[in-house]
Amino acid sequence: MWKTILKRVLIMIPQLILLSMIVFILAKMMPGDPFTGLINPNSSQATINHLKHVYGLDDPVPVQYLRWVKNLLHGDFGQSYIQHVSVSSLIADRAQNTFWLSLLSTLLLYGIAIPMGIAAGKHEGEWQDRAISIFNYVTYAIPGFVFYLLGLWLFGFTLGWFPISGTVSANASGFWGVFWSRLDHMILPAILYAIIATTGTVQYLRTGIIDNKVEDYVKTARSKGVPEKVVFNKHILRNSFLPIAAFLGNTITGLLGGSMIIETVFSFPGMGKLFLDSIAQRDYTTLTALIMIYGTLTLLGNLLSDIIMSLVDPRIRVK
Amino acid sequence: MALFTIGKKKKQDEERVIPPSALKVAFQEIFRSKTTTVAFCTIVFILLFTFVGSLFLKSSQVTEMHILESYAGWGENGHIFGTDNGGRDIFKLLIMGGRNSIMIGLMVTLLCEVVGLVVGLVSGYFGGAIDNIIMRIVDFIQILPQMPILIVLVTVVPNYNAMTLVLLISMFGWTTEARYYRSFVLSQRERDYVLASKTSGSSNAKIMFREVLPNIASMIIIDVVLSVSGNIGIETGLSFIGYGLPPKTPSLGTLIGYANDPVNIIDRPWLWLPATIMLLIICLSINYVGQALQKAGDARQREN
Repeated sequence: MWKTILKRVLIMIPQLILLSMIVFILAKMMPGDPFTGLINPNSSQATINHLKHVYGLDDPVPVQYLRWVKNLLHGDFGQSYIQHVSVSSLIADRAQNTFWLSLLSTLLLYGIAIPMGIAAGKHEGEWQDRAISIFNYVTYAIPGFVFYLLGLWLFGFTLGWFPISGTVSANASGFWGVFWSRLDHMILPAILYAIIATTGTVQYLRTGIIDNKVEDYVKTARSKGVPEKVVFNKHILRNSFLPIAAFLGNTITGLLGGSMIIETVFSFPGMGKLFLDSIAQRDYTTLTALIMIYGTLTLLGNLLSDIIMSLVDPRIRVK
Repeated sequence: MALFTIGKKKKQDEERVIPPSALKVAFQEIFRSKTTTVAFCTIVFILLFTFVGSLFLKSSQVTEMHILESYAGWGENGHIFGTDNGGRDIFKLLIMGGRNSIMIGLMVTLLCEVVGLVVGLVSGYFGGAIDNIIMRIVDFIQILPQMPILIVLVTVVPNYNAMTLVLLISMFGWTTEARYYRSFVLSQRERDYVLASKTSGSSNAKIMFREVLPNIASMIIIDVVLSVSGNIGIETGLSFIGYGLPPKTPSLGTLIGYANDPVNIIDRPWLWLPATIMLLIICLSINYVGQALQKAGDARQREN
């Protein structure tokens, strides 16, 4: 067990090193220098050179890379040249918003997808199954941003049921006031987000139930006289959850990383919005930090998925 | 006379050897049900509308600014779907943008399929060290955060144009296909026909491309149909947030992006609603056909 996990963690090290190199090269490829906002046409070349020297931008590239990695390992992402604050504090603020949105989305995702998957699998071929397969087809086919946009237009603007942007109203006060206002701002994006993401989970659960229903061990349990309810809940369902458990890690990081578009549509000040703002402003210390975080999250998600899988499915550990 | 009979004999030979082509089977499958036929005809109609329609339009004229006519509403001044902030006719932008978005989707799919197929075939057929190396590369590309890196590359690449966008999107896209085809080739590798061909001395290339490839032809068709819709989604999504096609090249995504402005989304629906509906119809109909083919393919596989 621990051997599998250790091996899996060790694989991550070269991946992380490669990722950091790619991120660094990307940062170096970005046009212009980060002082474009600070200098005016009157600034002399000497001033610019001085600034470059202060920030260490005139060192050879490998030296810059190693310094950057060293700082990363100390949790220091550097300073945002544009916003004049440390990147870590800039991201921490936004990451919080994205974290809560993703958490709510994940809860809603499983809250919607699991009952649907079970219903479709249990009533294979009946109207429930057909209705759910139409739902699945639509959510799979529609590009996410179109769905968010139509949702915002219909429920936010036209019907006015939900706030259209931001994370919290200005006049919310007290712990519960702020809490409800936050929830109110997140509920529409989270629901839309969750609905678009259900396809995989519903599909896996449905196929799992249908496949397991005819397995020998289920027949054995039935012929032994195990009540139908117990057969379904304990035998069929438990095994059908395997692939969903396996994708849990990827689902969570997918939501965290894929937040760019939904945050744009809902003007939600999270990490994705910060990324797009930074790229518009050429704030590349922030950008590199964000890509690094996205990449690390994806790696951790994969790791989490593999660990869960080896926990729930002993066959994998044996390999 | 002699020539004639030889020709005929050859034809009979071919008929005996070659089973109905995957494409033919796919068309039979499409026309079997009414809804699939409707979906298919919708796709053909949209293709004709955008591709033939844009033959009558000059891109320089469509993207030219007419400040005096900015924000004309539905049907005003002879503009069926009104105009945008630069006085450009939305209907014409819709035709050109639709064509561009579909073209990008098709080209990305083509590139990813070709690269993915070759890599998948080689990796699955040879196995061993080659497979290991290729799959580690595929793994690594798949763990990269695709959207952020794509957006950065879009802003970084010099002389950025539609072709660059196709290459950039394909850079990530081929890995999914490679993995998909590899798993099929793995399942074919130990089949009798491959082993028989090997013992009779066929070259690896011949076995891969002349024998294994036709056997996964129906998989390719299904995957192509489903990928096109996904790739159109990626391009329009990028254009929607402003990092897709360059500003001078109309795209459905750019048109839908007008809705990012709270004034436009409520007061000027003609800017973004037609493009949104068109994209919805494109994606829904392509996916419907794709999923119908997939179901038929799965059923056939189960029979075998």
